[in-house]
Amino acid sequence: MSTDVEQTQPAAGSQPEPPQAPPARRPGELGIREMGRWSWRQLTSMRTALVLLLLLALAAVPGSVVPQDSVDSLAASRWRDSHTTLAPIYERLGLFSVYDSPWFSAIYLLLVVSLIGCIVPRTFVYWRGLRAKPPAAPRNLARLPEHAAYRVSASPHTVLEDARRELRRRRYRVRVDDDAGPEGGWVAAERGYLREAGNLLFHVSVIVVMVGFGLGGLFGYQGGVIVIQGTGFANNLSQYDDFNPGSLFDPTDMEPFSFTLDEFSAEWIESGAGRGMARGFQAGLTYQESPDAETEQYDLRVNHPLSIGDTDVFLIGHGYAPVITVRDTEGEVMYSQPVVFLPQDQGLLSYGVAKSTLSEPDVGLEGLFYPTYVMIDGDPVNVMGDDRNPTLSMEVFAGDLGLDDGSPQSIYVLDKDGAPKVTEEDGSRYRLDLQPGQTADLPDDLGSVTFEGVEPWTRVQISQTPGKEIALAGVVLALIGLLGSLFIRPRRIWVRARKADQGGGSMVEVAVLRRSSAGPEPDDEDAGPDELDKLVAALGGPADGTARGAGRAGRAGEDES
Amino acid sequence: MSDTAWEMLSNQAVGAAGIVYFLALLAHLVEWAALRQPGAVEATRATASTTGAGSTASAARAAGGGVAVATGPRNGAGDTGQASYRVALFGRLGLLLTVVALVAHGISLVGRGMAADPNRVPWGNMYEFTLAGTFVVALMYVVVRRRFRLDWMAPLVVGFVLAVLMVAVIWLHSPVAPLTEALNSYWLVIHVVSAVIATGAFTLGGLLSLIYLVKERRPDATTGLLGRAPSLARLDSTSYRIHAFAFPVWTFAVLITGPIWAHEAWSRYWNWDPKEVWAFITWVVYAAYLHARTTAGWRGRKAAYLALLGLATLWFNFIGINYFSTTSQHSYAAPALVGPAEPGAVVAGDGDPGPRLL
Ligand code: HEM
Repeated sequence: MSTDVEQTQPAAGSQPEPPQAPPARRPGELGIREMGRWSWRQLTSMRTALVLLLLLALAAVPGSVVPQDSVDSLAASRWRDSHTTLAPIYERLGLFSVYDSPWFSAIYLLLVVSLIGCIVPRTFVYWRGLRAKPPAAPRNLARLPEHAAYRVSASPHTVLEDARRELRRRRYRVRVDDDAGPEGGWVAAERGYLREAGNLLFHVSVIVVMVGFGLGGLFGYQGGVIVIQGTGFANNLSQYDDFNPGSLFDPTDMEPFSFTLDEFSAEWIESGAGRGMARGFQAGLTYQESPDAETEQYDLRVNHPLSIGDTDVFLIGHGYAPVITVRDTEGEVMYSQPVVFLPQDQGLLSYGVAKSTLSEPDVGLEGLFYPTYVMIDGDPVNVMGDDRNPTLSMEVFAGDLGLDDGSPQSIYVLDKDGAPKVTEEDGSRYRLDLQPGQTADLPDDLGSVTFEGVEPWTRVQISQTPGKEIALAGVVLALIGLLGSLFIRPRRIWVRARKADQGGGSMVEVAVLRRSSAGPEPDDEDAGPDELDKLVAALGGPADGTARGAGRAGRAGEDES
Repeated sequence: MSDTAWEMLSNQAVGAAGIVYFLALLAHLVEWAALRQPGAVEATRATASTTGAGSTASAARAAGGGVAVATGPRNGAGDTGQASYRVALFGRLGLLLTVVALVAHGISLVGRGMAADPNRVPWGNMYEFTLAGTFVVALMYVVVRRRFRLDWMAPLVVGFVLAVLMVAVIWLHSPVAPLTEALNSYWLVIHVVSAVIATGAFTLGGLLSLIYLVKERRPDATTGLLGRAPSLARLDSTSYRIHAFAFPVWTFAVLITGPIWAHEAWSRYWNWDPKEVWAFITWVVYAAYLHARTTAGWRGRKAAYLALLGLATLWFNFIGINYFSTTSQHSYAAPALVGPAEPGAVVAGDGDPGPRLL
């Protein structure tokens, strides 16, 4: 069991004795093999495991302070922009992706190696221990912390037989030596083997969790896409707005599903403390698991993802897409589509841009969308997120929007370098303020802009996380193992009985040895009413110390000094 | 009852709980003061050890806290007897008041839950979490008081709960608001219940480790808290056992229910969000604590330091991350995509990053 293993480990802190060097070798020189063995022993020592654990905790800290690329890439790039001197250094150190940086990986890989190096030998030891018999009774039972000695009238043989039966009944593993030598015969009993099994299970499960977690990181992916009501999505790389694959991810593993967002709805709270908040988000989908599968319906809600094969689809955001049409002076449609506006706050006040590049020159629009627009003291204010009084308020830019040279551009950013802001004839500020159905003519013969209406959009997160069941099974097993390891209390009991010197009957000695991690002090209450007392009583011994006093020396439960 | 009535009831119950905790604290302080009189401590000791040496373990257990003095033999003159009588009386009074306060505390929690529409579990924001956490600390103390013989800790626990409760009422109070969609999951209930229980237990265990360290420096103190605290060995093992209880519960909360819920709400069961990172750090530190005790034989002082380190990370996660973190759960959606699953923004006014409210 564990204690045996501990003894074979190098004593904490001190280095193990250097192996006896052959005389030919100069002192201090270690052969490769010794070196290897020495390092291995160091690595698998308890102290190393402890240091690695604490290191792991420490190494996890920077990732909570420095924005992480994989967690919040926007925050990370903003941070880079505002810390120009530190950013390259941090980059080198991997501080923007701590959890897959080489040094973080090194720590947990070492931990895994150490863990394996620890589990394997312990499993062997445990295996042998499992089949071993309980150890023989020590010579001097009175030296154990919990013991009792008394005299009964029964013969030693009867006492031992009773003890054997009683201990078997309590599911102890029992070994009897009834050979009446001068010391008398004894019964040795042990229970609590499962504690070590629990501990091994826990440590193995830690590895299982790491494997499951690693699989997800290597072979899985996460992606996000905004889907406007009435439009669809097919699960392939090109359709994603953002895509974050694991390093061994293979696009051919993607499930070939597709869906259409039929309708998105939310309930808005009209009164009370949560006024203006929304709930009951629901995205009605029509989906197909594969191009030739049947179409099915699913109401996608928060906390209720849609699972298709290995992939899960989640509803994680929503917003509005005003439908904007731009015409030229002739009335020809140059641009007409729902434009995704990004929410800026809880009330879904949203920001967006439209780029009409067919217009001559390019016309760009940039501005805000107010779901419920109210004029308060001359200022436009958005009252809530429901689209009760949708209003579009945008500025206009005309010129070259920089889209012709083919360089990629964000659809949420307007390149105004070649496109100055459009003003009124007299040079004063020009702003489009439109409600659904309204059209405004632009100055400078730029044509007209119509706000046709509003479509909601939802943001859908799609992820494929292989190994998540493995990780879950791992933690659950780890927990079970942990409970066994923490709460099963192994103990050994010995009963020794010999013929009394005079007057018949026998002298009986009983001792209990608990092995717990609570500390050197016996946990007097944990087994409920005392195991020792109960055993003594079951063997017909004294409940009140009538015979030769129940010596309970060393039961240091109450050392109030 | 209307929602506002419930909310008012909750507020009044918190006030009442605070006052009664305060009275309980006073009672325990009188108990201490009585202990300070010469002879009183000896009297309790003597009682404890005479009964302790007796045959039944339960008598020893009852006497351990010094409360059973009244039933034990009185040795010494009248005033000693009187002092120990007073110790017993005020000890009991303190316990009684603590229980009364606990009931009011519980009512305030129920009130918060009932005040929300729809009704919900009372831990939607930091105020409510603090309310629930302190409730668990006090409850746990009352429940394990006998088993672990913790009566001597009473003033400490009550004082701690009172202080934190005051902080909550003064700085953290926020009106009842409905849960955001992502928080509206039964995993929230399981996750938070277990996390609150673990937090309460770790806190209790940490207090014991703290006392261990103080007592270690002044081993011969005979009065006050240190005088009544049990032996170093017992402090150490009691602290361990409370930690051993808390650790699996924490494992369940942050490594099982948390990820399951995160997976349902945001598609990633583990995303190294600051909240998650710190929950993980706490887990690793406590794992190191247990590990060190069993394998490296780090009992006593070193173990106590590790336990306090664990406690520091636990509280930092609750307080620090909520207030200072720049990158938070908001990251789950792309930039400005304030959406249903981005609860942080909506968990009223605590700047808290997300469903992981602890
Ligand atoms: C990921 C790394 C590890 C974690 C999280 C971990 C965690 C734990 C925990 C929580 C315990 C306490 C359970 C108890 O009290 O029985 C424990 C015990 C133990 N661990 Fe680890 N451990 C890790 C790595 C290792 C390694 C690398 C070794 C070997 C070198 C090891 C060997 C042991 C042993 C021998 C025990 C005590 C068994 C006993 O109580 O009989 N552990 N570990």
